[in-house]
Amino acid sequence: MARPADRSQRLRWVGFGLLLVAGIVAPFVAYPTFLMKLLCFALFACAFNLLLGFTGLLSFGHAAFFGGAGYVCGYVVKHWGVTPELGVLAGTAVAALLGFAFGALAIRRSGIYFAMITLALAQMVYFLALQLPFTGGEDGLQGVPRGHLFGLIDLSDNLAMYYFVFALFVAGFALILRTIHSPFGQVLKAIRENEPRTLSLGYDVDRYKLLAFVISAGLAGMAGATKTLVFQLASLTDVHWHTSGEVVLMTLLGGLGTAMGPVVGAGIIVTLQNELADKVGSWVSVIMGIIFIVCVLAFRRGIVGEIRALAKRLGIS
Amino acid sequence: MADETILETRGLTKEFRGFMAVSGVDLRVRRGAIHALIGPNGAGKTTVFNLLTGFLQPTAGAILFNGADITRDRPAQTARRGMVRSFQISATFPHLTVLENVRVALQRERGDSFRFWRSDRMLDGLNQRAMQLLEAVDLAPFADTLTVEMPYGRKRALELTTTLALDPELMLLDEPTQGMGHEDVGRAVELIRKVAANRTILMVEHNMSVVADLCHTITVLQHGAILAEGAYAEVSNNPAVLEAYVGTAHD
Repeated sequence: MARPADRSQRLRWVGFGLLLVAGIVAPFVAYPTFLMKLLCFALFACAFNLLLGFTGLLSFGHAAFFGGAGYVCGYVVKHWGVTPELGVLAGTAVAALLGFAFGALAIRRSGIYFAMITLALAQMVYFLALQLPFTGGEDGLQGVPRGHLFGLIDLSDNLAMYYFVFALFVAGFALILRTIHSPFGQVLKAIRENEPRTLSLGYDVDRYKLLAFVISAGLAGMAGATKTLVFQLASLTDVHWHTSGEVVLMTLLGGLGTAMGPVVGAGIIVTLQNELADKVGSWVSVIMGIIFIVCVLAFRRGIVGEIRALAKRLGIS
Repeated sequence: MADETILETRGLTKEFRGFMAVSGVDLRVRRGAIHALIGPNGAGKTTVFNLLTGFLQPTAGAILFNGADITRDRPAQTARRGMVRSFQISATFPHLTVLENVRVALQRERGDSFRFWRSDRMLDGLNQRAMQLLEAVDLAPFADTLTVEMPYGRKRALELTTTLALDPELMLLDEPTQGMGHEDVGRAVELIRKVAANRTILMVEHNMSVVADLCHTITVLQHGAILAEGAYAEVSNNPAVLEAYVGTAHD
């Protein structure tokens, strides 16, 4: 007898299998550069969701990890001539370290104070990105070479670059999925649901929150470092608080606390930005604002969350 | 004598900006007893609980658990020592299933709760124990139900079960029957009596019939200090206690 949990799990794996196939054939259907951008933001949003959706921590400074890692990756690739995979690794590592420092400070407070501390720290990173000599200031770090993967595969070929990005996304996504469905993830969900109770059961909740923060920051950094390679540019936009806000929007729109939600949310936002940018110009911000309001007022569970709730009502899963 | 006492406070005091929430409380909880902490609203009962479990730091005084000074322990530490509390409000994990609620408590002892790279399938080994605990409170049929969808009385039973899963030496229950219907209260009393068989219980309770029925020793708090202490018959006839309760609208 299959328990309902097993069946929905099987359904989930079928879903992931289909998505994997879709990801492999996608560059033959759509522009690879657009897809790469989408994957970078999707990974960024998934990393963010680990914190907000599964631990209940609202960070308003995730652009610091995303953009900061972009600068680190761009610098070591451009000036030290390291291979792209090492560049991404360096960006990820620095973002994780930064996450450790930010997290250690921020988790001393909760709620709005937590969000404000992360925002303040991220603004410092923005300031550094603007002022430090190696970042290129207003112009950003330009002309970052994509280089050769493992010193062998030329990534200036868009298709090769796409599969590199796709592989990184799958790896990052798999790590998040595993984290969510691990003993550690179970404690994170307990903290999200009722922190004092988790504490009273004998868990040092701060240490769990900190590890979640580090994983989230590291993966956000991986996304940002990858984006730098794709566009051969690390820019101030990626460390700006707009980006921190955008990732909140993506996560909420797609579905907080669902595995696929942030991917869907990132897909919608990135697509809209791409489609609308040359048609309506800066009105894009207004449209995003309206979408956000509609989402929060009308379907608070986000797209994937609402679909899941509907499926549950109909007794499908 | 020291062995007889599981928990002791000496001059326990908590001051909030000049307001003495708890002042000079000397509490002694006998091992194996069901000990009640009662008193009018604002007497400092919940504050005492928060002090005992490290959720608040005392302004002065000491707390000893099994003879060890735990005054400066953090909340998670007191739980690991074997002193586990429940909360006044129903403290469950609403969007986890009933089974998962209990499993979170069982999981800690395994010591692998930081392993984010392992599958939570490894926790399935705890299911049997969790189901046993749920069966004891007739919650087994709801194992796969989301806790948020459970009625209030059942949630409180689940909370108690989650606390029990840690097999604590000393259980602190903050108003375990609060907000319960008459039938649920009877059930909760039986449950508490059952689980008290091999442990100590310190409880805050407003329902006097529950206190009279269950508790060996009663400590009455008023304005943060101990007003009276003893068995129910003794305390309930104490003129000072009667006076403290006059006009506080207790049935």
